[in-house]
Amino acid sequence: MHAFEYSAPHSLSDAVSLLSQANGNAKLLAGGTDLIDQMRTGRFRPALVIDVKKLAELNLLEFDSDGLHVGAAVTCYRIYDEPDIANDYTALADACHIIGGVQIQSRASMGGNLCNSGPAADSTPAMIALGGHCVIVGPGETRQVPVEDFCTAPGKNVLERGELLAEILFPPRPANSGSHYRRLIPRNEMDIAVVGVGASVELDEDKQTIKSARVALGAVAPTPLFAKDVSESLAGKSATDETFAAAGEAARQIVSPIDDMRGTADYRKHITGVLVKRVLAAATARARGETINYKAGRD
Amino acid sequence: MATADKPKYNVIGTRPIRHDGVDKVTGRAMYGADLRLTGMLHAAMVRSPHAHARIKNIDTSKAAALPGVRAVVAAADMPQQGDRHVELGEGAVNMRHLAANVLAQDKVLYRGHPVAAVAADNIHIAEEAARLIEVEYEVLPPVLDVRAAMQADAPILNDDVRTVAAGAPESDQDKPSNIAKHILFEKGSLDEGFAAADVVIEREFDTTMVHQGYIEPHNATVLWNADGKVTVWMSTQGSFTARQQTAELLRLPVSSVKVVPMEIGGGFGGKISVYLPPVAAVLSRKTGRPVKLLMSRTDVFEATGPTPGSHIRLKLGVTKDGKITAADAWVAFEAGAYPGSPVGMACMCVFACYDIPHARVEGFDVCVNKPRTNAYRAPGSTQVAFAIETVIDEACEQLKLDPAEFRLQNASKEGTQRVDGPNFGRIGMVETVEAIKASDHYQSPLPQPSSPEHKTGRGMASGFWFNVGLKSSVTATVNGDGTVSLVEGSTDIGGTRTSIAMQLAETLGIAAEDVHPTVADTEGIGYTDVTGGSRVTFSTGIAAVRAAEELRNKLAARAAALWDVPDDQTKYEDGGVTGPDGKRIAFKELAEKLHMVGGPVIGNGTSGDQTQGGAFGTHCVDVEVDTETGKVQILRYTIAQDAGTAIHPSYVEGQMQGGVVQGIGWALNEEYFYDGEGAMRNATFLDYRMPTCYDVPMIETIIVEVPDPNHPYGVRGVGEVPICPPPAAIANAIHQAVGVRMRHLPMSPPRLLAKMVKA
Repeated sequence: MHAFEYSAPHSLSDAVSLLSQANGNAKLLAGGTDLIDQMRTGRFRPALVIDVKKLAELNLLEFDSDGLHVGAAVTCYRIYDEPDIANDYTALADACHIIGGVQIQSRASMGGNLCNSGPAADSTPAMIALGGHCVIVGPGETRQVPVEDFCTAPGKNVLERGELLAEILFPPRPANSGSHYRRLIPRNEMDIAVVGVGASVELDEDKQTIKSARVALGAVAPTPLFAKDVSESLAGKSATDETFAAAGEAARQIVSPIDDMRGTADYRKHITGVLVKRVLAAATARARGETINYKAGRD
Repeated sequence: MATADKPKYNVIGTRPIRHDGVDKVTGRAMYGADLRLTGMLHAAMVRSPHAHARIKNIDTSKAAALPGVRAVVAAADMPQQGDRHVELGEGAVNMRHLAANVLAQDKVLYRGHPVAAVAADNIHIAEEAARLIEVEYEVLPPVLDVRAAMQADAPILNDDVRTVAAGAPESDQDKPSNIAKHILFEKGSLDEGFAAADVVIEREFDTTMVHQGYIEPHNATVLWNADGKVTVWMSTQGSFTARQQTAELLRLPVSSVKVVPMEIGGGFGGKISVYLPPVAAVLSRKTGRPVKLLMSRTDVFEATGPTPGSHIRLKLGVTKDGKITAADAWVAFEAGAYPGSPVGMACMCVFACYDIPHARVEGFDVCVNKPRTNAYRAPGSTQVAFAIETVIDEACEQLKLDPAEFRLQNASKEGTQRVDGPNFGRIGMVETVEAIKASDHYQSPLPQPSSPEHKTGRGMASGFWFNVGLKSSVTATVNGDGTVSLVEGSTDIGGTRTSIAMQLAETLGIAAEDVHPTVADTEGIGYTDVTGGSRVTFSTGIAAVRAAEELRNKLAARAAALWDVPDDQTKYEDGGVTGPDGKRIAFKELAEKLHMVGGPVIGNGTSGDQTQGGAFGTHCVDVEVDTETGKVQILRYTIAQDAGTAIHPSYVEGQMQGGVVQGIGWALNEEYFYDGEGAMRNATFLDYRMPTCYDVPMIETIIVEVPDPNHPYGVRGVGEVPICPPPAAIANAIHQAVGVRMRHLPMSPPRLLAKMVKA
C-alpha cells in the first residue's frame, strides 16, 4: 500500500475543512470495509485519509418527530440491534444482517455503503424503500437529497468536493405498514447481490388494499433504482399474489442489468420479477403484523 | 460398520486429542507467513496481465532506483535448464516447463504468470517497485477452451510440445501441438458389448476449472547463506520434493538445500509444486539476506495449480435386467499452460467402480492459456465420476431399475479387472452401497418441499480413488520417562501426527498420549514422499509400525540384559517384556532403567514396498430446488466410505465431510470465470464461491471397514475419494426434483434455471 496521511477530526467542521483543503485527494474512512480493500488493490491512492468515526453527528442513532436519524458512520450491528428499527424499519435490519459476516457488520456502516455507491449495495434499496433522505454537510448550506437520487453511476454520487454524508433521515412509519429487503445470491451468505429488492407497503385499515408502496431494485442498473411507476401503480390495488406478480413483471421491464461473473443479464431480469413478487408479499405480511417465513439467504 | 472379525485394539479406533491441537486453536502454531528473521527482506512479484503474450523487453531500472529496493530478478537471473527431464518423486518433469512456470522466459502463458520479482526493506516498497518494472509484451491470441485448443489451427502455447502417444497410435506428424498426450485403454470388444445391450446412452459433459481453495496462500522465506547452503521455510505438502524441485531449479545438489516445513493451512494437492522458493533464493543470493515472498489470494487463484476443466463424452450399454455390457469414454482435460493434467488417472478411474466386460477410454492432455493445473483431491476422478454416475442414473431411470441394486449388481469386487489392466484385490465397493441402503437417510422418506415454488429430490453416486504407497521414514526414541519421541517427515495436513503416533502406540502397547510426534525438516529425518495420494496414515503408518517393532526387539533384549537371561527367553508383549519364571517389566519401568543396560534405544522404520488396494465411497443426498430461481439447497447428505481400518475415527469422518463439502462447492457454484481475453474475473473468495457453513448441512458419515491386506492394521487412505461422488449425486437428486439432467459443472442457479425453462 502507498504512503498516505491520516487524520481523525473530532468536529464536523474540522472534517469539512480538511476535506475541502484536500483538493479531491482525500478519502473518508468509516468502517473501511470497502476503502481499505480499494487502497490495498491500488484502485484508490488518496494522499489523505480522514477517519470520521470520531464525529458525534455521524454516530447518532435516534428517533424524533422527524423520524429516524441514522448517522453515516453508525455500524450495521447497531442498526439491527435496535428493536424499534427491527420492528418499524425492518428492511434496514434485513439488509444490515446480510452485509458480510459478524466482523464486517461490526465495522461497516449504511452511510459507507451508500457513499461507495456500488450498484449492488445491499442497504441502498432498503433505504430507498423506506423513503430515506441523505443529509449532506459541506462548506456551503446543508442540503438533503432523496437516497434514490444520491448515486449517479457505479462508484459515483452527488457529493461535491468538500461535502460529506452526515446522516440518513427516514420519515416516521405509518400505521399498517411493513417492509422487507432480500437478495438473491448463489450461496446463502457472504456474497454480493445478483439482484436485491427492497419494498415498503402501507395497507388500508382493512389490511387488504395497498394504500402506498415503494419498491427499490439493486444490481440491475448502473445505480440502485427506485421503481417509481411500479410503486405508484400498486396504490389502490388488492394486496394479492396476482398484484405482486404483476408488479414483478412490471419491474422486469425497467431494469438494464449486465452480464458478469455474478449472473447474466437475462437471469437478473428474471430474478427481478421473482424477488419483487416475494418481497412485496413479505412486506405485506409484516404490514398485517404476521411473521414471515424468511431465512437470510433462502430466497 | 465394522467387519465381524475386526481384531481388538487398545489405541486404534479411539479418539485422543490431537498432538498439535492446542497450538492450532490458540494461534501458537507457526505458519510460513508468521516467520520473521533478522535482516529479512520482503519481496513482491510482477505478474503478467495477459493470458498469452511474448515478452519483448523487461526494464527494471526505475524499480532498482527506488530507495529501499535491494534486488530485482527476472528469468535471465535464473539458472538455465536446457532440455532435460528430472524424476521428482511423482514422475519425470520437464525442467524447462517447471522453470518457466516459476519465472516466465520468453512467453507468458496465463494471466498471473510471474515475470519478475523485487526484494526491498518492506513489502510496501517492494510492491511500489514492482509497479515500476516495465514489461513490453506482444499480445497473442489466447486459447481458453479445451476443444478449441485441440484444433489443428489453434494458436500453439509451447513450441517444444509434441503429442506423446500412450497406448494410442503414434502421431506421424512431428509438429508442435497443444495436445501433449493421447492415451488409450481398451478391454474386450466394444462392438460385441454394445451389440449385447438393450439400452445405449451417449452423453456429453463439461466441467469448469476449480481450485482447491486452501485457506493459507503459498509462502516461502529463503536464506542463501554465505557458505552456499540454502534454507527454505515454506508451506508444503512434501518437504523432500520441495527440496528436490528447488535444488534442480537452482542447479544445486539436493544436500545444499534444506527445506523446513512450517505448519500448513491446507493443500489438497495444490502444495506439491514449487512456485516461490527459487525466486526468493536468487533474491537472497543477490542481497545476502533472508527474503520472504508471499502470495495474495488472487495470486493463488491466477497462478497456482487448480484442477482441470474438461470435456467428456461417455457411452454406456446396459441390458434390460441391468447388466453393464460395454462402456466407452472420451476425456479431454485442460492441462493449463504446460502439460501434465491428471487425465491419465481420470481414464483409469472412470469405469473403476464397475465390472465392465468391454470398455475403451481415450484421453487427451491439452495445453490452454490458464494456470498449469495440479493435483486436487483424487485428481481427475471427480470429473469422470460426474459423467459415469449420472449416465448410470439415467440408465436406471429408463429401465426402471433401483440405482442401489444396479450398483450392487455391477460393482467391482476382488478380482475385477480395470480397463487399464490391473485386477482389484479385496475392496469395499459393495459394502459402501450396502451401507447407504441400510442408512437412516436412505430408509427415510424424502423431505417435503418448503413451499409450492420448491421441489425436493434424492440422488446417489459412487466413486473410486487408487491411493498410493510411496516412501516414508520414521525414527522413534525411548525417553527415560516412559514416553516415545516420534520423528517423521510427513507434513501434517489432516491430523496425521496423531494417526501415526497411534499406530506406534498400538504396536508398543502404550498410550497415544505417551508418544510425542514431530515433523522434521529434510535434515532431521530420512526421505519421505509427499503428503498426498491418501498415503500418510497408510505408508508413514507402516514405517511407524516397523520402528515400533524394532523398539520391541531392542527392548526385549535390554530386559534380557537386565535380568541376565538369554535374549531368546524374553518377549515383548502387551506393553512390556516377559521373561522366564514369570518375569515381567512394563514399558515405562524398563524405559527408566535403559541407562543402566546399554543406554539410548532408537527404532527406525521405512516404507516404500507396499501399495494400497483402493478406496470406494457411495453417497446419498437430498436437495431442494427453487423452481423460480434455480438455486439448490442441500437438505441432507450421507456418505459411506471404506476406510479399511479407521485409526482415529474423528479424522476419518473429518476427511469424509471435508471432501463432500469441496464436492458440493464444485457441483453448485465454484468455477474459474474467464472473460474473452483470458482474465479470471472472480479471483477472490467473494466471487469464487466455495460453500460456507450456511450452505451445507451436517454431513452424516458411515465408516465402512474392509481392511486393506497391504497394511498391518488394514488402513486405507481416506482423504481423496470423498470428493468424487458429490457432483453426480447432486445432479441425480436435481433430476429427481425437477426432471432435468445437468451435464455442465457447476450447476449454478442461472444454468439450472435456463435448463428448467428449456425443458
